[in-house]
Amino acid sequence: MDFLRPASWEEALAAKAEHPTAVPIAGGTDVMVEINFDHRRPEYLLDLNRVGELHEWEAGEDTVRLGASVPYTAIMERLRAELPGLALAAHTVASPQIRNRGGVGGNLGTASPAGDAHPALLAAGAEVEVASAARGTRMIPIDAFYTGVKRNALQPDELIRAVHIAKADGPQQYSKVGTRNAMVIAVCAFGLALHPATRTVRTGIGSAAPTPVRATAAEEFLNAALEEGGFWDNGKIITPSAVKRFADLCAAACNPIDDVRGTAGYRRHAIGVLARRTLTWTWESYRDARRTTEGAA
Amino acid sequence: MPANGAPTKITQGSHTKGGIGESTLRPDGTLKVTGEFAYSSDMWHEDMLWGQILRSTVAHAEIVSIDTSEALALPGVYAVMTYDDLPTEVKHYGLEIQDTPVLAHGKVRHHGEPVAIVAADHPETARRAAAKIKVDYRELPVVTDERTALAPDAVLVHEHRDDHHIGHVPHPNIVHRQPIVRGDAAAAAARADVIVRGEYTFGMQDQAFLGPESGLAVPEEDGGVHLYIATQWLHSDLRQIAPVLGLPEKKVRMTLAGVGGAFGGREDLSMQIHACLLALRTGKPVKIVYNRFESFFGHVHRHPAKLTYEHGATRDGKLTHVKCRIVLDGGAYASASPAVVGNASSLGVGPYVVDDVDIEAIALYTNNPPCGAMRGFGAVQACFAYEAQMDKLARELGLDPVEFRQRNAMEQGTLMPTGQPVDSPAPVAELLRRVKAMPLPPERQWESSEGADVRQLPGGLSNTTHGEGVVRGIGYAVGIKNVGFSEGFDDYSTAKVRMEVIAGEPVATVHTAMAEVGQGGVTVHAQIARSELGVSRVTIHPADTQVGSAGSTSASRQTYVTGGAVKNACELVRERVLEIGRRKFGSYHPAWATAELLLEGGKVVTDGGEALADLVDVLEGEAVEVEEEWRHRPTEAFDLRTGQGNGHVQYSFAAHRAVVEVDTELGLVKVIELACAQDVGKALNPLSVIGQIQGGTTQGLGVAVMEEIIVDPKTAKVRNPSFTDYLIPTILDTPTIPVDVLELADEHAPYGLRGIGEAPTLSSTPAVLAAIRNATGLELNRTPVRPEHLTGTA
Amino acid sequence: MRVNFTVNGRPQQADDVWEGESLLYVLRERLGLPGSKNACEQGECGSCTVRLDGVPVCSCLVAAGQAEGRDVVTVEGLADYARQRTQGEGEGTSLDAAQRWQAAGGTDSRTGEGGALAPIQQAFIDAGAVQCGFCTPGLLVASDELLERNPNPSDADIREALSGNLCRCTGYEKIMDAVRLAAARQSEGV
Repeated sequence: MDFLRPASWEEALAAKAEHPTAVPIAGGTDVMVEINFDHRRPEYLLDLNRVGELHEWEAGEDTVRLGASVPYTAIMERLRAELPGLALAAHTVASPQIRNRGGVGGNLGTASPAGDAHPALLAAGAEVEVASAARGTRMIPIDAFYTGVKRNALQPDELIRAVHIAKADGPQQYSKVGTRNAMVIAVCAFGLALHPATRTVRTGIGSAAPTPVRATAAEEFLNAALEEGGFWDNGKIITPSAVKRFADLCAAACNPIDDVRGTAGYRRHAIGVLARRTLTWTWESYRDARRTTEGAA
Repeated sequence: MPANGAPTKITQGSHTKGGIGESTLRPDGTLKVTGEFAYSSDMWHEDMLWGQILRSTVAHAEIVSIDTSEALALPGVYAVMTYDDLPTEVKHYGLEIQDTPVLAHGKVRHHGEPVAIVAADHPETARRAAAKIKVDYRELPVVTDERTALAPDAVLVHEHRDDHHIGHVPHPNIVHRQPIVRGDAAAAAARADVIVRGEYTFGMQDQAFLGPESGLAVPEEDGGVHLYIATQWLHSDLRQIAPVLGLPEKKVRMTLAGVGGAFGGREDLSMQIHACLLALRTGKPVKIVYNRFESFFGHVHRHPAKLTYEHGATRDGKLTHVKCRIVLDGGAYASASPAVVGNASSLGVGPYVVDDVDIEAIALYTNNPPCGAMRGFGAVQACFAYEAQMDKLARELGLDPVEFRQRNAMEQGTLMPTGQPVDSPAPVAELLRRVKAMPLPPERQWESSEGADVRQLPGGLSNTTHGEGVVRGIGYAVGIKNVGFSEGFDDYSTAKVRMEVIAGEPVATVHTAMAEVGQGGVTVHAQIARSELGVSRVTIHPADTQVGSAGSTSASRQTYVTGGAVKNACELVRERVLEIGRRKFGSYHPAWATAELLLEGGKVVTDGGEALADLVDVLEGEAVEVEEEWRHRPTEAFDLRTGQGNGHVQYSFAAHRAVVEVDTELGLVKVIELACAQDVGKALNPLSVIGQIQGGTTQGLGVAVMEEIIVDPKTAKVRNPSFTDYLIPTILDTPTIPVDVLELADEHAPYGLRGIGEAPTLSSTPAVLAAIRNATGLELNRTPVRPEHLTGTA
Repeated sequence: MRVNFTVNGRPQQADDVWEGESLLYVLRERLGLPGSKNACEQGECGSCTVRLDGVPVCSCLVAAGQAEGRDVVTVEGLADYARQRTQGEGEGTSLDAAQRWQAAGGTDSRTGEGGALAPIQQAFIDAGAVQCGFCTPGLLVASDELLERNPNPSDADIREALSGNLCRCTGYEKIMDAVRLAAARQSEGV
């Protein structure tokens, strides 16, 4: 095993180009477990800790460019306003120690369906900025990023530089079911973002299909129902039947398996409950915000 | 006089600071908080090698061949050993039945069984070498449950049994069977107004001690070996290790290294023999440390069980009879299975008065992971089931569950189903009363001015509910556990106590082989020595095999038995000291001959408080040392047909009240409070007593809602051998645990004390289950409860 | 490979490090600092918690090479770390501090009443938060960092901050007591 220690992003890309089998390691929270338990013996470890810009973020007009190694602790503490869904997701990651080391780049690189960030990224809307020495930078829409169980759209010579996440234009929520009240891998997880600017909702489902997925049929149904009923304008409570239909469609979007963490049936059921609850919470927030705005005006 | 119990006459020591009854601090506390305390995995030696074990990848198979040549050829590898390399004819070990191969021979019987061992200069080299050993398996059908074990054409897990149980078991795949029959359960059933039946399942729990199995074996010049090891019983290890190495016991020196928890999981050997074999083979020190994955294969687990119960009661709420059948899965090797059967059967009715019982408990041999000792064994599984039955009966009778239990609660003088009278306080009704009388935690504590604090709700930080679907439930349970080794076992401890003057001060040194695994035995030994010898300075000698056996740190027995041995040795030392005093100073004061003399505050005093001499002067130029074995009252075996016999030496009782909040839609549980009342006889160290009760309670909580080793029923392979998927409670899963300690002296025990470590683990689980049933209205016949069971999605 | 970093204020060098080794392994097996514990080696128990450039992390998940040039504090250095925090850094060693350091050697382990412990260490002893002690080093590092950030944590804050540290012996109640005790003593300036 060789340990590669690039001091800059350019050096990192060069190293990855030279050694496409090199395994990038940043927070180490996935890679080191595999090494400690002898599940993996990469020829090269590519340490990204010394690439400073990976730990930085820039908030632009519409998006946050979040460096791949920005730790979850920073996301949950300092990006709650811009990225509320992701901040909530970050708070559910493992333990304080892990949140201090791990970042979204690792979740994306591993592309486990159980990665906590995915549903929030899917719901918010995001693009993954990847780069290679040979071809430079390209942007991969989050919807096209997850290509299979623990597989993603990265080429062997590419590294994840950042993820560009749409700044919240409305309430967002994130819920994760685990069988312990802390430090637990998701049995399933659900992210929901309201986008009043475009009058759309987006969803993200984790751990309930071979890859993180959106419940597109549920989104389309709800978009239509909200539009039809004038809900975005009148701020009324969404009819319970519409909430139920949305929840059912979210559950139907799952394609889960039975494993030691839970049954497929439970996952489907739980996603339905989470979809209903998160829709209720976000819509309440939306109505509160509207009332506040109207009150001010 | 204790506020809530009979007085215990303690004259000697009642005035000595730091003696029994005080919450003195741990002698190893400073070392443990500074990181200097040397646990077994911290051992290090110049030029040491690292050992690695190759384990079977299948549960049941013939070993067709093993090829170690590539492993041996790897640079940095010093030794590779298989069964064929074992040095003597003794190639098996075991706690009671020597059925466990040191290394697999011809066959593997469970997933993760040791097949070969490697020593190399770096752990990675050892791992790579182990990976290069080629083992050719021919898989065999697996025995995984009662049906496959006892089928007419069942595959035999052990083909050639010659142990002492084979004569009385109905099938060679049954390790041991213990019926307990008293009265006439069938006739009594006819008197019952209400009969309830239930089938209960108890999942496989892991001890999950945090310090992994580890140790260092150092070869010695005399051809022997010195093993630094984390264990629960040095001498039991020694008895099993030495014959395999072909060494006399005196050439296998054992020193207790720091033990990172045990809970029964270190009663059996793990890497002890392997490290010694490699050290003797290579002539170099060898260290072995399991990682967490390997630890799940490297020690026995709590027996999973199927329990079938029938309880009857009259309309006025008196139990008529209990019938039950308890099937324990012992896995591939016997370990402590016979004793687990003995406890499950003899304690299978719980702390209740029942004259007519018909009980049968068996342990199976299967190809599942071997199961053995874990905190409260046998009694834990039974308590889960009989307490569920008691709630069911109370409901059928329309009685309050606590009131119903109290009407049937045993007390001092009650006969056990074994016919043994309970001859010390058994305050079962009182414990229930106390735990029920504690104030309830306020409702909806998660509500705050800023909305719901998810950390206090089911799901915690995962943000699954802001109060939706959350229902509170309350449940009660009480249990009974035996203390000490039972069924005629010669359960003794040895203590060596020395008293001398060091640097102008009288100092007592206590030397035992007791395994300090965290329970605080070392604290208590120092307290006993202070009380008995009236000195303030006590040195606790490291535990090793240079002194006689202290028995096992298990069965809630160490304070009772090794504590008793220390007390006894101190008393003998005291007599000798007084003899010396009489010889030296007797002529100066008549009280030397006439008064009852005590040692207090570094002096010899009369019981009237008059000081006769300084211990420094008495002991000047003379050290006193006593090494002596000490036994509790003998017990007897249970009759193999009727289960009658005075099998236990003491019983221990605890009751719990659980308050839970359940997210009924998602099936997630938050335990809000788990209150416990326990009779401890005499709290030698109140702070430690409460720590034991809270810790035991939490392990019971774990197996109620999350802890289970999941074994694939088709392959008998373990599916979750890691802390990622075998979950134990975090601090966010653990509630406040108020404890009410009762001190009713047992006149047969030293200081009136009662063993305490296990009882709280028993009733915690059924109390939590009862509370979840109370919240959800579901029947819930298995533990742990998973979200699937609460949402109908299993 | 060779790795250079600072541990508890002292420069350290480890040679012949295998590239797959963790920081935890290097501390324990190469630098003679076994205080950080190896309970799970998968980031699920917190017993190997150290401060890496001030931040609590699981040292089992830090590759040894990633520690190059960085600053590590382990439980062995916690007392010094806490003392420097109280006194402010860069003052040099006062005579008083030097005497206290010497006193560390004479700590009375019989009663746990040592002079040179960090407040959180003393609180763990006094509250009975130590049983087997294997989780203790990690809990101490995490608790100390909590009280540095939040001198008056609520119970829920304590539970959240320590939710990455498993303990199997105590049921956590005495650990809660210990952190409350340390916070109270801190606020009283004891």
